[in-house]
Amino acid sequence: MATSIAHRATGIALSAGTILLAWWLIAAATGPDAYHVFAASAAHPVGQIVLFGILWSLAFHFFNGIRHLAWDVGFGFDVSTANRSGVAVVLLSLLAAIVVFLLAHGVLH
Amino acid sequence: MGTQTPLARVEGLGAAHSGTEHFWRQRVSAVALIPLSIWFVCAAVALAGADREAVVAFLHQPVNAIAMALFVIASLHHSVLGLQVVIEDYVHTEGWKLALFLCNQLFAWILGAVSLFALVKIAL
Repeated sequence: MATSIAHRATGIALSAGTILLAWWLIAAATGPDAYHVFAASAAHPVGQIVLFGILWSLAFHFFNGIRHLAWDVGFGFDVSTANRSGVAVVLLSLLAAIVVFLLAHGVLH
Repeated sequence: MGTQTPLARVEGLGAAHSGTEHFWRQRVSAVALIPLSIWFVCAAVALAGADREAVVAFLHQPVNAIAMALFVIASLHHSVLGLQVVIEDYVHTEGWKLALFLCNQLFAWILGAVSLFALVKIAL
């Protein structure tokens, strides 16, 4: 199913995301100027799209990963349950990504 | 099963020569990343749009520095294992496969060293 290849694709995206994580930490460790460059890049529309993409990737990989772990221990592996949990993972990850993104912008409180 | 030598059968390592080690490590890091990812997202939400002083103050707290270090290590470990499978599945030329395995490992080591150095510098 499509969730399988999406698990890979989001995993690759998150691997790339570790570069941004390292950049963020190094910028914070270096000083105000370096941090400003990071913060300005993150606030830029392109940066926002990239960050939302990584956020959704994390949410999808998180929920679908739990689904995989459940399969590993023998739960929900029949076709109809797997199909339904697949749809649930897609919807849940989108909802979670949007809610977290809005929270990060201080929209929801 | 029938064509395996008795030695191969007791070793139980199979065609990848590593048995279930990779599978198991992938699961252990996955389970570790469940609470760590939730913590990281909460931290990221709290620090989004904050200035450097707030980030440094946050990571100066031992609990946060340790959690961030664990998140970095678990993420990179999980990432190396995952990307290795992707390389195994899609790259069929022996030379390229070896080169990409090497890049995968070295890249993660470098990112890990850089991230942990930054964390230590902030936390101490």
